[in-house]
Amino acid sequence: MNKKMVLKILGYVLEFQAVFLLFPCLTGLIYREWSAGYYAGVAAGCLLVGFLLTRLDTGSETFQAREGFATVSLSWILLSLTGALPFYLSGQIRGFVNCFFETVSGFTTTGASILSDVEALDMCMNFWRCFTHWIGGMGILVFIMAIAPLVGGNNIFLMKAESPGPSVGKLVPRIKTTAKILYLMYFGLTVAEFLLLSLARMPIFDAICVSLATAGTGGFAIRNAGCGGYTVLQQGIITVFMIAFGVNFSVYYFILCKKIKDVRKSEELRAYLGIILVSIVLITWNVAHMFDSIFQAIHHSAFQVGSIITTTGFSTVDFDLWPTFSKTILVCLMFVGASAGSTGGGIKVARFLLWFKTLKKEITTSIFPNSVKRIKYDNRPVEHAVIRSANVYLFLYIIIFVGSLLLVSLDNFDPVTTFTSVAATYNNIGPGLALVGPTANFSGMSVVSKLVLCFDMLAGRLELLPIVLLFVPRMWKR
Amino acid sequence: MNIIIVGCGKVGSTLAEQLAQEKHNITLIDKNSKKLQDISNACDALGIHGNGASFNTLQEAGVEEADLLIAVTDSDEQNLLCCVVARQSGNCHTIARVRNPIYHKERDFLRRELGLSILINPEYTAAAEIAKLLQIPNAKEVDTFGKGRADLIKMVLRDESPLNGMLVQDIDRKLKCQILVCSVERDGDVVIPSGTYQMKAGDKISFIGDNESIYRFMKRIGERSGKIRKVLIVGGSILTYYLVKKIENTGFDVTIIEQDMERCNELSVMLPQSIVINGDGTDRDTLMEAGLASADVFIPMTNFDEENIMLALYSKSVSDAKTVTKVTRLNFEDVINELPIDNVVYPKDLTAESILLYIRAMENSGNSSIETLYRLDKNRVEAIEFLVSDSCSMIGQPIRSLRLKENLLIAAIIRNGKIVFPRGEDSLKPGDSVIVVTTQKGLDDISEILI
Repeated sequence: MNKKMVLKILGYVLEFQAVFLLFPCLTGLIYREWSAGYYAGVAAGCLLVGFLLTRLDTGSETFQAREGFATVSLSWILLSLTGALPFYLSGQIRGFVNCFFETVSGFTTTGASILSDVEALDMCMNFWRCFTHWIGGMGILVFIMAIAPLVGGNNIFLMKAESPGPSVGKLVPRIKTTAKILYLMYFGLTVAEFLLLSLARMPIFDAICVSLATAGTGGFAIRNAGCGGYTVLQQGIITVFMIAFGVNFSVYYFILCKKIKDVRKSEELRAYLGIILVSIVLITWNVAHMFDSIFQAIHHSAFQVGSIITTTGFSTVDFDLWPTFSKTILVCLMFVGASAGSTGGGIKVARFLLWFKTLKKEITTSIFPNSVKRIKYDNRPVEHAVIRSANVYLFLYIIIFVGSLLLVSLDNFDPVTTFTSVAATYNNIGPGLALVGPTANFSGMSVVSKLVLCFDMLAGRLELLPIVLLFVPRMWKR
Repeated sequence: MNIIIVGCGKVGSTLAEQLAQEKHNITLIDKNSKKLQDISNACDALGIHGNGASFNTLQEAGVEEADLLIAVTDSDEQNLLCCVVARQSGNCHTIARVRNPIYHKERDFLRRELGLSILINPEYTAAAEIAKLLQIPNAKEVDTFGKGRADLIKMVLRDESPLNGMLVQDIDRKLKCQILVCSVERDGDVVIPSGTYQMKAGDKISFIGDNESIYRFMKRIGERSGKIRKVLIVGGSILTYYLVKKIENTGFDVTIIEQDMERCNELSVMLPQSIVINGDGTDRDTLMEAGLASADVFIPMTNFDEENIMLALYSKSVSDAKTVTKVTRLNFEDVINELPIDNVVYPKDLTAESILLYIRAMENSGNSSIETLYRLDKNRVEAIEFLVSDSCSMIGQPIRSLRLKENLLIAAIIRNGKIVFPRGEDSLKPGDSVIVVTTQKGLDDISEILI
């Protein structure tokens, strides 16, 4: 392990964190809040440490897969630790673990909160919460790659460790250009949502924060009522954009390049939209009696389905009061998650597709033991390594899930709370059911549970392996 | 530039690496997805899994926007087909590697009728390179400029050489030879020496001059200059065929040892003037019988790098023959260069070199055109020959007043067929061929030699 090289990149990460922190600082200045000073202070500290680290003489330029994994995991932890400082120093959130939880939840685009009264926070604090979603959505190292002059050609390992999905590809030959294109599309979509929300007469500050939180598929609300206080039109816009940000970004690239044929070919897109449609229909049918009109039932079930499958976690109504069938569908959607290569979390539709195909193949092989069948995805044969890693992912996913479940159950909450608290954080959604439902929050959890959930959020966002590898001693040896 | 490379073999990957460093956008196509992934990760290229001759695959690789397609798979036919399909579906230049002697003979027809830009034949290029080396016995490398008017020679200074301890600027005065030292490799570092640079034994110096002054210079510094007569070659590959074809009529006695009887028969028909021996070229007795002890040049060219290197080392122990060794794989270039085996020829490297030359020439903006390009000293130095056109802005300015980039030397100008070593007051004229030696890589126009 080339530790110096990792430290050097962490230095860059800190420098970027300093730049990120200037945004809430600016917000604070605009709204004349004293707490803006804390952002400036932390930014200065990050800049200083980052500057020192980037001066490091690295000796060798070795940068392989293991350095990539370590850099990514450590960056995210470092970002969360430094990002939590303004909350802690200003005293607006009590207890460092709470601040850390809130920040991890932000960067990992989870949106699980320990705050019961978000409106009591300063504007700059709320802006920072939503801004962390936006940064974490596309990935911080992808961002750094897009603009910083980073180490040689092996950056692909950084991107692989950070981007969600079973196999990561580039859009264009150069990884830097790929990162730039991704961020430009991300930025463009975010601005589009902001403009539409402003046109729909949402207050500017709300429109900015909601757009940032939707783009990252985060889900931090800046109103105590969540998204319930917004108009139907505004909620509709949010629904569309939530679903849009859960789509693989390469689809948008194909649209930009006018390769509509490739868009239609995307099996994942079809499956993703299919799942959404079926869920909306089923839930609408199930909850229709609770609303005045069928339109309202469709509207709210669409919002909730979009919010959960893309792992955003916004809510317009307290779906904890919905019938068990609807709640069960929502819990299932938590695990399905968004598309690979999107900003959403969860297991990802692409992996489910692979598993279904593997299952189909296995069934065929059981009936015709000598049959030969290659699994195809988007009409190309899939490498065995991809399927293997998807299977390993599933096993690891279950182990971590069960382990977390056991640890959190020590708090002695009811089973639904325990189960959904883990499911909602692990899949980067935010609200679960019962005591951690859309109207409640995670403040009742013990310190141990909160730390376990923090781990789950990071593991979920980084697709398990990078974080788990941190605990493998061999990783750190030369 | 957007460049598509079909085939991730040794040449394909060397090219991808070089071209990615020069900031081109590379897309690789190969049927082996593991190899594809490794290489596209290592040099930041996009990998497309598939058959490069398929229209769909090429489209996926973006052939419409591509400027150049290089087909270097191991099949000639596939390479040609790739280029033809690419020509039809896009508007790119195409380079195909074609090594079969039959196609090689028809290369002009193929190029014209199929619309290819160039056909590369690694074996032929390597044969030409070896033939050049045979002309100047003690050179480690010979590169030709100005259509043969000037040569760049690389050699190792021996302990007893009169150059040992001499300053570069004193060569002209002490030895009365018009040559110019343009790069020195010492202890793994490469420098472009100034006049006050002191040479010492063990240095690998590269110098430039016309044929006559090089001959005189070699004689003055006591290097052997006798003509080579007896050439012994092990292995009867295509490369051997090309080489012998080239030198057969220039007074060399060629003996070829080949293991396969059938191939021996073929060779004896194709190369009637040479002696073809059927036997194991790695067998000591066979070698001695073929006359290794009295040979002037020994060229091991079997298909195995290790065998070639062993043979070269062995010949050093039993004879005075100069050795020219063929090495295919580039992985251990630096180690091989340290071995006491005179010349090593890397066909893959030569192929990459000629493709790079073509690309640089494509990028050229019109102030000049690139005539030749060589990479010296483990690819750290480039020697480029530019032909100055009428529109070049540097024409007429004294060289002294030009602000040149660091580590860059205007080594020589070929004017009216004669080589001129420019002094401060000289200036460029239209039609000059300017030879620039530099560690700055990626120059594609003469205006880029300025800061």
